[in-house]
Amino acid sequence: MVPYFSILIMMGFVGILGTAALVMNKIMGPKNFYKDKLSPWECGMPPVGDADRGHFKVHYFLIAILFIVFDVETLFLFPWAVLLADKTISLFIFFEMIIFLVILAVGLAYAWKKGALDWV
Amino acid sequence: MTELTNILPSMATVLQVIMIAVKCVIIAGIVMNLPIILVWLERKVAGHIQQRPGPMRIGPHGLLQSVADGIKLIFKEDIIPSKADKIVFIIAPVIALIPAMTVFVTIPFGDSIMIPYINQEVTLYIADFNVAILFILAVGGISVYGFMLGGWASNSKYALLGSIRAAAQMISYEVAFSFAAIGVVMMTNSLSLVDIVHAQDGWFTNWNILYLPVGPVWFCIFFVAALAELNRIPFDMSEDEGSLAAGYQVEYSGMKFSLFALAEYSAMVSISVLCVIFFFGGWNAPIPGIPIVPPVLWLIGKTFVFIYFFMVIRFTLPRYRYDQLMTIGWKVLIPLSLVMILITGLMRILL
Repeated sequence: MVPYFSILIMMGFVGILGTAALVMNKIMGPKNFYKDKLSPWECGMPPVGDADRGHFKVHYFLIAILFIVFDVETLFLFPWAVLLADKTISLFIFFEMIIFLVILAVGLAYAWKKGALDWV
Repeated sequence: MTELTNILPSMATVLQVIMIAVKCVIIAGIVMNLPIILVWLERKVAGHIQQRPGPMRIGPHGLLQSVADGIKLIFKEDIIPSKADKIVFIIAPVIALIPAMTVFVTIPFGDSIMIPYINQEVTLYIADFNVAILFILAVGGISVYGFMLGGWASNSKYALLGSIRAAAQMISYEVAFSFAAIGVVMMTNSLSLVDIVHAQDGWFTNWNILYLPVGPVWFCIFFVAALAELNRIPFDMSEDEGSLAAGYQVEYSGMKFSLFALAEYSAMVSISVLCVIFFFGGWNAPIPGIPIVPPVLWLIGKTFVFIYFFMVIRFTLPRYRYDQLMTIGWKVLIPLSLVMILITGLMRILL
């Protein structure tokens, strides 16, 4: 249990250091704000409207869904890869994993065929 | 009195926690100051590749240039754009920095040493987790939030495009990155980084890169995916200065900007260390009979070779287009790694 404290200690320490740097900058920096300086940067042109944060290309959404499928797959592969050294079960779990990989490869092939991976 | 001693942690536990805290502070202190040297090195490499001397004015060969830059950045105006989402805009650099540094909790820099005078044996890693690789992948996945929130909160068109690109790119290559990690786990049969290094003890022929024929292919998959995870050339679409100015960090100034840079450089260091631990034998010397050089120096030396390699790549290769980037990730690396898993599995069963 104790080693896991190190994650909390590290996160706390780095968080404090980062915040301290931001606070120092806030105190020491000059404060000469005016309207043009605070407007979003657009190559020197006056910005038109907001950044359209609600809409984006649907491909990004497809990539996110595919990512979830494949990331969960890799999670299943980790314990399998550790157990592969055990000669008593290795042949059995190897062919079991082949079936699992083939199902996912068919999924990837389907997405490929449907054009979910083509960007333009 | 007995009840009180049951509730309170024992003396050994307290000492252990203090030891861990001291190690955390030392490693964080070293890694957070490394960018001072790395920025100087990167500018020198850029200069010499382009046949000019690079920074020369401050200190010998410009060595103190980055110190001066850091001091200057503290005294810069702290601008928050008027349309930005203020709270998210302020905390995004810290969110980017924390995961990049937390990875170092798991990284072993050496086995263990005896400290003279107090006769205490100290391990050269903060903690040996038995799920270290999973932890690194999980924390690496979190680090995309800093870049994404920073770009989104700026409410600027370039920043928004840069952050969406960064998010899609990092999650695409996260899959290939995890597959390469699985390849390493299959070759060494452990998720703990210390055990992975111990599996490569002895001569350099035991290193995973020389686990023929699959080792070099896994290394190529890992290295390409790492380049994309780090948002470095040839895959730095999210801060593509030709089309997006500076991408997600276009609205940031002063210390917030440098915290983003700090996060990127510490991620580069951690990825280089992981390359060494996964494929190049960690702290092992290539030939076991070299006792003069301590193991830690071997690890640091190998790591700096990789950092230098990342820098040379940055100034020699052109940038890919975004659709080419996605094609490499999904249509080349992932099918290739699926095939490599089959080949490696067959080798582990038959040999």
